[in-house]
Amino acid sequence: MARHLLRRLGQAVLVVLGVVVVSFLIARQVPGDAAIAAEGARASQAQLDEARERLGLDQPLPVQLWHYLQALAQGDLGESLTTQQAVTSDLGRALPASLELVLAAMLLAVVVGIPLGVLAARYRRGPVDTTVRLSSMLMVSAPVFLLALAIQLTFATRLGWFPAAGEYDRALDQTSPLTVYTNLTALDALITGNWPILVSTLHHLVLPAVVLAAYPIGAVAQMTRAALLEESNQDHAEMERAMGFGRLAVLVRFSLRPAIGPVLSLVALVFAYSLVNSFLVEAIFNWPGLGSYTANAIRSVDAPAIAGVTLVIALVYVFLNLVVDLVQTALDPRVRAA
Amino acid sequence: MSVHPPLDPAHDVEQPAYRGRWTRRVVAVVGADRLAAVGAVVLLLIVAAAVLAPWLAPYPDDARSATHSLEALQGPSAEHWFGTDRVGRDVLSRVLFGARTSLTIAAAVLAIAAVVGVFLGVVAGYAGGWLRDVIMRVTDVFLAFPALLLSTALALILGPSVTTAIIAIAATWWPWYTRLSASMASTIRGRAYVDAARCLGVSRGRIVARHVLPNSLTPVLVQLSLDAGGVILTAASLSYLGLGAQDPTAEWGLMVQQGQSLFSTAWWVAAFPGLAILVTAFCFNVLGEGLRDALDPRRGNR
Repeated sequence: MARHLLRRLGQAVLVVLGVVVVSFLIARQVPGDAAIAAEGARASQAQLDEARERLGLDQPLPVQLWHYLQALAQGDLGESLTTQQAVTSDLGRALPASLELVLAAMLLAVVVGIPLGVLAARYRRGPVDTTVRLSSMLMVSAPVFLLALAIQLTFATRLGWFPAAGEYDRALDQTSPLTVYTNLTALDALITGNWPILVSTLHHLVLPAVVLAAYPIGAVAQMTRAALLEESNQDHAEMERAMGFGRLAVLVRFSLRPAIGPVLSLVALVFAYSLVNSFLVEAIFNWPGLGSYTANAIRSVDAPAIAGVTLVIALVYVFLNLVVDLVQTALDPRVRAA
Repeated sequence: MSVHPPLDPAHDVEQPAYRGRWTRRVVAVVGADRLAAVGAVVLLLIVAAAVLAPWLAPYPDDARSATHSLEALQGPSAEHWFGTDRVGRDVLSRVLFGARTSLTIAAAVLAIAAVVGVFLGVVAGYAGGWLRDVIMRVTDVFLAFPALLLSTALALILGPSVTTAIIAIAATWWPWYTRLSASMASTIRGRAYVDAARCLGVSRGRIVARHVLPNSLTPVLVQLSLDAGGVILTAASLSYLGLGAQDPTAEWGLMVQQGQSLFSTAWWVAAFPGLAILVTAFCFNVLGEGLRDALDPRRGNR
């Protein structure tokens, strides 16, 4: 167990190093000149040269990489060319808003997707199964931006049930200002007992979270169904049926636990995917998260910001994979032995 | 993979679906799986539409830079089945030509990803040892990069275009094929027929080319059809963000983006290309599922 853990940690560290190097190279290749950004477009050649030297841009690439790694070790991702602030502090504000959205979507995926998969497996080949298969297939095939537009038009613009844009009603900043601890607005509002903002945030969260959850729900339902069916071909399932357990009981009480491994790794994979998908959703629902930040960074060719976002998302992916691996090891002794 | 001869009654569902050559299994199971069969037929129609777009499209010039400002933003009608866009171009014609763009991108991305990925995977899986470790760690690094972000960076470096989109998506897609074929190759490596060939003095390269590669290909083919939908969605997202195809080109994601601000008044501008993405991705997905069920004996009885 300890050896397995160390091995996985070592691999994760290697991958992170690789990711850092690639995102550094990306940042250096993107055609935005940090010197011009620092000195302004009207700077003289001498000023630019001076800035290049100060920023270390005149040194060979490996030396620059070394400086980048040194800064990174101290938690410094450089300065954004547009906001003129540390990329880390920008990310500290933008990432929580996106995480809020993605976590809500993942919650939906697990709470809705797994039961759907169980139902489909229980009533295999019946109308329930067909409905679940068809709808989950539609959910994984729908372009997220089309879904966002359609749902926003229907439930916000036409029916007016939910707000069309934003994270919460900004007027509430006057009447009941929010004390910020985690930058996860819903969580901060909950901790500080700020009910008006909590209610408003949840109300704003519904539509974008549902849109973002479509793909994860479909994928989780499909995977749960497939893993359960595989498991129900095993001898233990036959024995449990012979012992008189009902079909649903065999699935939920005995097959779900060994089947949950692949579902969990899928959730980790889909988490990272949704974080990127949230960029598209955030743009449409005007959610102040990583998506808006990245869109701005792309528009103004802000290399440090883009490299920072890339790095953070890759780190989230590596971290999630590690967690899933460890959880799987804890849940399934077979993985430990392997 | 898209050609499915009509179902021969001789191998109907009664037979175990996984017996015989894989082509037969595909026919049997795709025939039995109605959803997959429908997907295959619709895909054939989409491919036909893409190939025949210049003849099918009512206004072929509208797929490029033609503008008819007097006919801007007309709703669906007999002359314009899918309505017209902001500059009066026929949306149906652009959707038909858009099929060309999307299918070309998907085919190119998957070809690059599969060739690069399978080559590295077979080398890693058959060689084993440190070479495998190096290849697999590089694979992990690329897997950790979200496709959309790497594509964004590449689009900034190379300039946004269809070619950039293809390179960018392929760059994030090959690792899946490396993983898949590496695990296949390392299984096959231990098989008796590979040992036999080695004892007969067959060279390494020949063993890989004649035994390991062909036997690793079936899951790759299934993966290709499962992935096509995902590639089409990613490509559409890229052009939606303005990082793929550029304006006069008819591309579905770009068309949705162009129609987005008009969505509450002129829904057809964004809705029809959006639906085209949905239908194409859906068909690839159901066909891929059907093929996987057909070719994987463990899943054959579903």
